[in-house]
Amino acid sequence: MLFRRVWPSRPAFENPYAEFDQLRREMLRVFDTLSGADTSGEIAAGVFPPMNVTQDDNHFFVRAEIPGVKAEDLSISALRNRVSISGKREIAQERNGVSYHRKERAEGEFSRTVTLPGEVAADRVEARYVDGVLTLTLPKAEAAKPRQIAVKA
Amino acid sequence: MLKESNRDLQKIEKTNAPAVPEQTRPGPVFLPAVDIFENDNTIAVLADMPGVKAQDLKIDLREDVLTLSAHVDAPESSGETNVLREYESGTFFRQFTLSEVIDQAKIDAKLTNGVLRLELPKQERAKPRQITVKTN
Repeated sequence: MLFRRVWPSRPAFENPYAEFDQLRREMLRVFDTLSGADTSGEIAAGVFPPMNVTQDDNHFFVRAEIPGVKAEDLSISALRNRVSISGKREIAQERNGVSYHRKERAEGEFSRTVTLPGEVAADRVEARYVDGVLTLTLPKAEAAKPRQIAVKA
Repeated sequence: MLKESNRDLQKIEKTNAPAVPEQTRPGPVFLPAVDIFENDNTIAVLADMPGVKAQDLKIDLREDVLTLSAHVDAPESSGETNVLREYESGTFFRQFTLSEVIDQAKIDAKLTNGVLRLELPKQERAKPRQITVKTN
């Protein structure tokens, strides 16, 4: 039981440490669950931007929380079963004479590649950036679509 | 090159907020990351709230407590199954106590690409009174 939680079958990432990070989080979650702490909704990725990948029969959906970038500063590429998102988040310099009380928002460059469980039709990928969330709609390649198989009597 | 890579955005985690006050809505509560700065006339708050729509954002200033709260509905449609999950959608909630008196009528809030910019103009304060001590 425990092993199933610790080693979930997930797509591998470019970053070799991502797997360790994932393991660390799963371990912490297991310990928290055993000690009775409430961890509902606590999934921290430890990378920027955090991404969610979902699928239905015909599409993969990749969503990433990237607040405060310009749409033209995002670059997205898809090849076979890989999608890369990269870009730059810049925080505008404030006028002189301001004093900071808190500075928690980070700026800089980011780049992530995610491997999807199947190939996508890279020429029909759609990307939308609304309210700081990037949504990619990736139609599955014909070969990756589930096929209904008729059973002959 | 090394200097450049140090600036990369590597590790940003959504921080779970201790839900104070407790929420009636089920689901996780997150603390938005903020920048707060002031000059002589205004206090400005910038908050990262990805996925928040302007009509769902509540900004409340009562007495000297500023409350930001916003609920984000999960964008997934019902037919989708998870492949990889790194973040959750939920409620953003954060409170601040302001030490300055704010001119409520002139508060300005803008929400662009998931970043809230709130400008709180300081109220003209009564001039400090000089108190003269009389001696007999």
